Amino acid sequence: MKLKNKWPKYYKKDVVTHYCPGCGHGIAHRLVAEVLEELDLGKRAIGVNPAGCAVLAYNYFDVDMIESAHGRGTAVATGIKRARPDLFVFSYQGDGDLSAIGTAETIHSANRGEGFTVIFINNAVYGMTGGQMAPTTLLNQKTTTSPLGRNPKRDGHPLHITDLVATLPGVVYAERVALDSPAGVRKTKKAITTAFQTQVDDLGYSIVEILSPCPTNWKMSTLDSFKWVSEVMQQEFSVGVLTDKRKKEKKGKKEKK
Amino acid sequence: MTNKVFMSGNHTFGEAAIRAGCKCYFGYPITPQNELGEYMAANLDKRGGSFLQSESETAAINMVIGAASTGARVMTSSSSPGISLKQEGLSFLAAFEFPSVIVNVMRGGPGLGNIAPAQGDYFQATRGGGHGDYRMPVLAPGTVQEIADLTYFAFDLADQYRTPVMLLSDGMMGQIKEPVIFPSPAKNLPKKEWALSGRGSGASRYMASLILDSLEMEKHNWKLFRKFNEIEKNEVKYESYKTEDADIIIVAYGTTARIAKGAINRVRKDGVKAGLIRPITLWPFPFDILKTLSKRIKKIIVFEMSMGQMVEDVQLAIGDKSKIAFHGRPGGIIPTPIEFARFISRENQKLKK
Repeated sequence: MKLKNKWPKYYKKDVVTHYCPGCGHGIAHRLVAEVLEELDLGKRAIGVNPAGCAVLAYNYFDVDMIESAHGRGTAVATGIKRARPDLFVFSYQGDGDLSAIGTAETIHSANRGEGFTVIFINNAVYGMTGGQMAPTTLLNQKTTTSPLGRNPKRDGHPLHITDLVATLPGVVYAERVALDSPAGVRKTKKAITTAFQTQVDDLGYSIVEILSPCPTNWKMSTLDSFKWVSEVMQQEFSVGVLTDKRKKEKKGKKEKK
Repeated sequence: MTNKVFMSGNHTFGEAAIRAGCKCYFGYPITPQNELGEYMAANLDKRGGSFLQSESETAAINMVIGAASTGARVMTSSSSPGISLKQEGLSFLAAFEFPSVIVNVMRGGPGLGNIAPAQGDYFQATRGGGHGDYRMPVLAPGTVQEIADLTYFAFDLADQYRTPVMLLSDGMMGQIKEPVIFPSPAKNLPKKEWALSGRGSGASRYMASLILDSLEMEKHNWKLFRKFNEIEKNEVKYESYKTEDADIIIVAYGTTARIAKGAINRVRKDGVKAGLIRPITLWPFPFDILKTLSKRIKKIIVFEMSMGQMVEDVQLAIGDKSKIAFHGRPGGIIPTPIEFARFISRENQKLKK
């Protein structure tokens, strides 16, 4: 029998995680590393890590990595991909990074149809700074900066940035998935595989939004936080494919030839 | 194209950059430097590079970071308010030690100010407008020919020291047209072993400016400091104009230095022995020559198109404030040679009293 649980080739060995117990980042990291190996991308990959909890992602991913200033991941990725279109480029960003301070970079890199992949971790709070309200924070959700719960009149509504991005013609593949169960983990891996393959096939921009638990800042047990992803978060952010223009893009490519 | 061509300063930045092997240009429209971005849009892709108009100044400088991380020669350009927006990125470029060239075609300020030539960004450029402990070479061309030469040189300097380099110009230098001979295209660009290119069969690498361990951070700071010291030691550039017999020395850079030359020739007809030190590198600043000259010179006059910024460096160089006179025109006013000549003559009269 083939050993299913082998250590991913592009995940560093002998590192102690800095992520909190029950955090979704570890699972997401592992899935990305597995897909990099399965599609044989690790040798020509450059990952862009954000400011936020995943700022130390280069401690785990065993591929070339570069840090970006808060929100600027997709601008940095644009620079890399424009200079070296032959490289496989992905950014890994959280909700504060990607949908607050980096909104312009997110929208415009998507609108240009940049040929890289965005892995977007949505846990509805700012994690590293201690659980402040994010653009993705749910209505009535209590955070350190919405102590009475998010009030739409004062704080606005949860921002569906991936839905927004999916409406742009340059975005070839966008899917929202959830790390809430073994089935959710498998679906997440499938989504990452599809998104990475979109880049390999040179079809255009791809993004995977991953709803991910943050027990520490949600002040919940690990189990409750996974339940919260599936029962509460998905009420607001429904999972599924948001756009898939791969067939159309492939056809367009053939016609060009 | 080794022949002389007639070209604007802004176009010359672009052409010289392409010849220096600039592969990527990222920029956002802002007056008075738009012709530079437009030149790159028309020419860079044709000649094997990649031009991109970014959604913002912030995005542009971060695209520069991305391209620079792969070792590509890369440029961005803007004018004063846009350069303010780029400061975070400049700090990161310095921290990462990424070679890159940033052009600032200065305009009047603060705030939106206006679109006329000014020199109000001297402090920002030479003191590091971004956060943290860093320095950045700043080159100030005085002619269109020098724009070509210094742009070419800026890429080499950036690669040699692994640092962002700023070309500090202004609206007049950007718009003015002069004959220029371009250096021949760069052939063998330096290999950059440190650049990211995917790990291949080797070990993975990462580029991070985050150094949480304070002792390690301090070590990194001192490492940068030693590099900055090397630059200060080796890269000072200035022009000395009619200083041999001078009693009065003018210190001015860029546009004001051009005007000062006219003024010097004017007052010399009346027997006033004036000369010019024109800093070409604003950082590192030519402290030593000014210190040496100040021993025999009676008066040092600083001209700037600002309320007085470089004058502080001149004070640092000389130590004796009573020897220094300053005349500045901020707000986008271009002073005339007559105005400068009158100022020099008045200072000369005071010396005789």
